[in-house]
Amino acid sequence: MTTNVPAVDVHGAAAEARPKNFINWSSGFMSWAGTLDHKRIGLMYLVGVSIAFLCGGLFALLVRLHLWEPNGALFSNAQYNQIFTLHGAFMVFIFVIPAIPGSLGNIILPLMLGAKDVALPRLNLLSFYLWLTGAVLATLAIVLGGFDTGWTFYTPYSLYTNQAVVTIGLAVFVLGFSSIFTGLNFIVTTHKLRAPGMTWFRMPLFVWALYATSLLQVLATPVLGITVLLVAFERLYHIGIFDPRLGGDPVLFEHFFWFYSHPAVYIMVLPAFGIISELVSVHSRKPLFGYKLIAFSSLAIAIISFLVWGHHMFTSGQSTYAMFAFSFLTFFVAIPTAIKEFSWVATVWKGSIALNSPMLYTLAFLVIFAIGGLTGVILGALNVDIHLHDTYFVVAHFHYVMMGSIALAFFAGVHHWWPKMFGVIYNETLAKIACGIIFIGFNTTFIPQFIMGSRGMPRRYATYVPEYAPFHQASTIGVIILAVGIALMVYYLVASLFQRKKAMENQWGGVTLEWLAPTPPPLENFNEPPVVTNEVYDYSTLDLQTMRTPVK
Amino acid sequence: MSHDGHHSVVIPAPGPEFQAHTVAHHFDTPVQEFQSAKLGFWLFLATEILLFGGLFAAYFYFHEVYPETFRLGGQQLSWKLGALNTSVLLLSSWTMAMGVRCAQTSQKSKLLMYCGLTVLGAAIFMVIKFIEYKAKNDHGLVVFSELFSPYNEATGQLAWFKDYHNAMVDKAGVPLPHGHLFFAIYLTMTAIHGLHVVIGAGLILWVMKGAAKGRFHAGYYLPVDLVGLYWHLVDLIWIFLFPLLYLVP
Repeated sequence: MTTNVPAVDVHGAAAEARPKNFINWSSGFMSWAGTLDHKRIGLMYLVGVSIAFLCGGLFALLVRLHLWEPNGALFSNAQYNQIFTLHGAFMVFIFVIPAIPGSLGNIILPLMLGAKDVALPRLNLLSFYLWLTGAVLATLAIVLGGFDTGWTFYTPYSLYTNQAVVTIGLAVFVLGFSSIFTGLNFIVTTHKLRAPGMTWFRMPLFVWALYATSLLQVLATPVLGITVLLVAFERLYHIGIFDPRLGGDPVLFEHFFWFYSHPAVYIMVLPAFGIISELVSVHSRKPLFGYKLIAFSSLAIAIISFLVWGHHMFTSGQSTYAMFAFSFLTFFVAIPTAIKEFSWVATVWKGSIALNSPMLYTLAFLVIFAIGGLTGVILGALNVDIHLHDTYFVVAHFHYVMMGSIALAFFAGVHHWWPKMFGVIYNETLAKIACGIIFIGFNTTFIPQFIMGSRGMPRRYATYVPEYAPFHQASTIGVIILAVGIALMVYYLVASLFQRKKAMENQWGGVTLEWLAPTPPPLENFNEPPVVTNEVYDYSTLDLQTMRTPVK
Repeated sequence: MSHDGHHSVVIPAPGPEFQAHTVAHHFDTPVQEFQSAKLGFWLFLATEILLFGGLFAAYFYFHEVYPETFRLGGQQLSWKLGALNTSVLLLSSWTMAMGVRCAQTSQKSKLLMYCGLTVLGAAIFMVIKFIEYKAKNDHGLVVFSELFSPYNEATGQLAWFKDYHNAMVDKAGVPLPHGHLFFAIYLTMTAIHGLHVVIGAGLILWVMKGAAKGRFHAGYYLPVDLVGLYWHLVDLIWIFLFPLLYLVP
């Protein structure tokens, strides 16, 4: 069958006896830049989104340092507006949306399905280059004068401000298509490339989560595409659709924008749910509680997410009856989400818990996401939201979801699959310490924001009245702790690549197909095409000494 | 990727004027490859419809807000040219469908002929579109040379909407509110559609290049099929644009 050793050394040099893997089977710049291998594309994504995350994090650090003093410590108000916009735009469009599907999804999804690659490898590479183009355009927009609209580009301000809105709009358009193509690819791969015996209900939940995400990417993102395109047209030739001076309606923009951007919240968070589902099972060595419920709840969230966009617009002047409906529907999202949270906790319960660093990140996620999710229900309540709208309470809520939950799940996934991707293991002690620092730093940053938000501190302001200073300063201290934790994490992960402490073939005792592949996987993933005969998350055949399941 | 060429599935050429097709390395069977590409392409077409969906939503919304503007605006368009273009596109969809059929039955020269006719249809469509745009330009409803001129804050006057013949006024001769909005939507929708026509024609030319080399035959006609689907989508969107812009009073 397929060989993974395209360059077998027949002349018998002993050093060459180790089989080649996807990282070293070929070398040179073009072997990466032109690769069609899902794992190499995934690795390039991993490097790219990590850089974007560090840039976005740096902007966040600058924002928080500025807010140390009530009148602002570092920048002019105009510069401050640009920096928080950069933070939002980089984090949302260049990091969070592509992060998990682009990197871990690309690498792990075909492995989990027992496939040799994604269904459309060329489209996959195109998707990566579109992401790169979008990232370059966004950086170019900074050079061309910056942009100060916030990541939401609300009209009419985005039409009037004298800044590089068209460039960043183009960046978002291109990034949108990158996201669409990734989603499209995953849907096709999941439908058509499952290994024999891999029925829908034997698919790991990471696959289910990516599938639901992909549906959203394909169905919601085009609407964002046309919306930013219309904003660009509006700026270039004044079509008037969103411009109130020309008879247009800025609220129409908000509807268009949130029709995408609310589902986008689930484009971001569903893959994180998928990672957590995998990790609670593996590190508790127990089949997932409520497997089908978790699978279906992903789809339910995907569907409901299209019906709640109006809850971002409770103060926009939309119809009162629409607001009732949007508020009511928003509560519905809490049901499938709570099903997941309860199922994860029930999985851990009486499990054989191994407190490995991926599991620590997972447990941190469970705590933080519970807070992030429940504060979302508070904000979904119509009357409460009128008070809390555009305050730091909202900022804290969505950071508990986006940073505390999604980024932590991303870290958890990176730690979990790191040995599979690179064949090396990082310093576990440092990993545990970093996780603790990040957890403390994160909560120190955002709990004060909940409090000052509920007391009326509005978001996005460059200055504030001195009464809020203790909260802002606590938050700034928190972000410095967080930065230390992340710096430590980056250090030991990068160091592990140089120390080359060899990982086990199946480091954590996972039973999904990616752990059956050699470590790191060869070009076409499996030495023998896998045939699935067990139910998913069936640990009964796992040999705890060798961490192997009998080869079928 | 050819590094594992020893295990590739090859679809043989049905005749000397055709080429064999090698199934991509990560697929086990030709059927898997065909179905994967087809499913992916249908999903892509769904995104295209959603992209236009935003424009349709804007159309319906402003039609509701400024009904009189849209009634009069629609009357400024030539429904005869619109109908002619509709017929041209429908015919070209038929020639494209015949082209796909010829690919499936390995009729190389007929495939080339039908694809050529489809490109001809696209060209005629764009010429008629140009004539229409020129008329709008001459009436000052869309002054193309002024499209990128700045908006005059003081007078509230749009540079690209001049309405030389006072077409967009009510019975008393008072200009309708925001008469330009209909034309803004008309131009945005038809221009983006026109761009799709041009892209579609380019794709068909690419198919013709492959067809001339004998790449497409009964064993492998996937690209012809997909480009055909794209062309039908371009047609389908126009089928909705035509009545909404030209016929709905």
